[in-house]
Amino acid sequence: MLEQIHQHKYHLAWIAGVLIVLGLLMKWLGFYAWRDGFLIAATVAAALPIAIKAWQAARMKTFSIELLVTVAVAGAFLIHEYMESAAVTFLFLFGDYLEARTLKKTRSSLKQLVDMAPQEAILLQEDGTRKKTAADRVRAGNKLVVLPGGKIPVDGTIAKGRAFVNESAVTGEPAPVMKKENDPVFSGSILDTGYIEMIAEKVGDDTTFAKMIELVEEAQDAKSKTERFLDRFANYYTPAIVILALAVFVFTRDFHKAITFLVIACPGALVIGAPVSNVAGIGNGAKHGALIKGGDVMEKLSKVDTLVFDKTGTLTKGKPEVTDVHLFGKRREEEVLGLVAKAETVSEHPLGQTIVKEAEARGIPFNRYHLQEGEAIKGKGIAATIDGIAVTAGNRKWMDAQGIAISPSAGSYATDREKMGNTAIFIAANGKLEAILSIADQIREDARAALEDMRAAGIKRIVMLTGDNRHTARAVASQLGIDAFYAELLPDEKVDYVKKLKEEGAVVAMAGDGMNDAPAIATADIGLAMGKGGTDISIETADIVLMADKLSQYAHAFALSKKTMRNMKQNIAIALSVVVFLLVGVLRGQVDLAAGMFVHEGSVLAVILNAMRLIGFAPKGGRQKFKISKMGELDGDQLRKPVRHVK
Amino acid sequence: MKKAVMQLETLTCPSCMKKIEGALDKVEGVENVKVLFNASKAKVDFDEAKVSTDELKEIVEKTGYQVQAVKTN
Repeated sequence: MLEQIHQHKYHLAWIAGVLIVLGLLMKWLGFYAWRDGFLIAATVAAALPIAIKAWQAARMKTFSIELLVTVAVAGAFLIHEYMESAAVTFLFLFGDYLEARTLKKTRSSLKQLVDMAPQEAILLQEDGTRKKTAADRVRAGNKLVVLPGGKIPVDGTIAKGRAFVNESAVTGEPAPVMKKENDPVFSGSILDTGYIEMIAEKVGDDTTFAKMIELVEEAQDAKSKTERFLDRFANYYTPAIVILALAVFVFTRDFHKAITFLVIACPGALVIGAPVSNVAGIGNGAKHGALIKGGDVMEKLSKVDTLVFDKTGTLTKGKPEVTDVHLFGKRREEEVLGLVAKAETVSEHPLGQTIVKEAEARGIPFNRYHLQEGEAIKGKGIAATIDGIAVTAGNRKWMDAQGIAISPSAGSYATDREKMGNTAIFIAANGKLEAILSIADQIREDARAALEDMRAAGIKRIVMLTGDNRHTARAVASQLGIDAFYAELLPDEKVDYVKKLKEEGAVVAMAGDGMNDAPAIATADIGLAMGKGGTDISIETADIVLMADKLSQYAHAFALSKKTMRNMKQNIAIALSVVVFLLVGVLRGQVDLAAGMFVHEGSVLAVILNAMRLIGFAPKGGRQKFKISKMGELDGDQLRKPVRHVK
Repeated sequence: MKKAVMQLETLTCPSCMKKIEGALDKVEGVENVKVLFNASKAKVDFDEAKVSTDELKEIVEKTGYQVQAVKTN
């Protein structure tokens, strides 16, 4: 019975509304007895759910706004103010209804994400038949099939097939990415075109997607300093208002006025104003691929004035590529590359692997060569014999050690390449220098624009810390316009630099990817981790996770934090001014309970609506958003629009 | 130790959170309670020898909030 009343409380509100209108109609027609009848019925209908809530709370020994309203309405009822009792109860329920609806909207960003959760999976059974099952019943090790338009149900690896996959649920990046055998795929992504068979690895609550949702949910409730202050404020405010209301009663002997004062002074908009901005802001971030873990992170981020970046994998792609091959001997480029690639198969060195990949990408059939012997020396290079040719590859020191002459012109060429941010690899055959390969880790395409955006938004200093060599560091720093860089650092030295910046009074945000950045990320005021390339640990220790590893998402998060804080302050201002305005009105006898209730509910709605503006806050230039136009086509202009940066 | 996540009806006032939290906290066998206001979820760590998920659900509903779904692990 109680539940049913509660479930239908909004229906009761509508009934009360209709009854009030009928009551007013009767008054207009002159049927005063009828008027009171309708208004009493309206009061009862609307007061019922409120009184029940009040009683339930009282039973749990907690004080509630419902209790205040019930007392006020009972008071009005006793002095035969039926119009007022009906209006107050109706407005209270109606306000509650509007709040629930609009709150839902502020929470809609997260809801949209949650709704992207996959529901079903297609199991590939051992006999080759397919069977549909619920996504949360998939176990690790199961083999699954994903068809075009289907959702990838769990995290796993592709066993067979290739496809374009839209990973926007996880990364916030709408452009589909190509996935092939052995590539990881994530729950919640949508298979655009193609076909894959995959092996389930992480299922249920362990998928990246489920964890992300959980993080956002927790984040939306993690309180900011402002919120905690407001909570404390409310703790003093409520008793203070009760005492003031008592004082009003003692001085005016007007019970009605005292109750009115009490109800109107309820800090509804004040209590809801700050969290609602955070919820909308955090939801917006999550939708655009930046997980901001809580209101306090949002608040601190908005105050950051110094950015610290790790180089490899953060400012750069973290995947070295061959950028140039310069020949000094008579052998052709393909032959040199093929020989080195074959020789590098003995090495696990990332630079060696880069050369092997380059040879594969160029379709050089280096496996035709026959490797007779080979050796890799750490920190220097390799020496191998291939089809009778002595192949030597490595750095300058390695060439010297092997007694291979480097002409002055080759030497200065290598230095030039190094100054441009490359690693130069010398290659010799039978003791003669044949070529210099340049390998570089390319800077992320969006890095420069993102840094400029953040500078424009108030960042004073940008610092780069890297374990890499000085030349490469200088090249990256100058290309990106970074203020200061420190090269050849160990993980704990990075921590020292972050500490030093903090001691100088800077509010520091540190962004990094790998395990080696985790200590520095934890030391900074705000730690950012790359979600895609990052490890589980760095994602858990970080305050902000960039799901698609895009620095533009960082810039968006920073702008968003400023916007959210401003929004929160507006809300506090709205709430406080309305309460002061109303209380003065009540004391001067110009505001009665019904009118006060109306304005009060209005102010609650106003703060929610204000916060809702944050939901639509788009990344600069609208780069990340694909808009489907009414014609059902991709609105390409939206994407191609040049991005302008205001300095 | 078991963990239950209850999906509640949409919570609209931050004070309801305190109500639910307080009620659950008093139950014997409940170790840790966290009510997420915005997600409208209650997360409870509890000892299944002392209290069942059904009982937990009942307690929340007694405070006047509907439990839409319960997930345990």
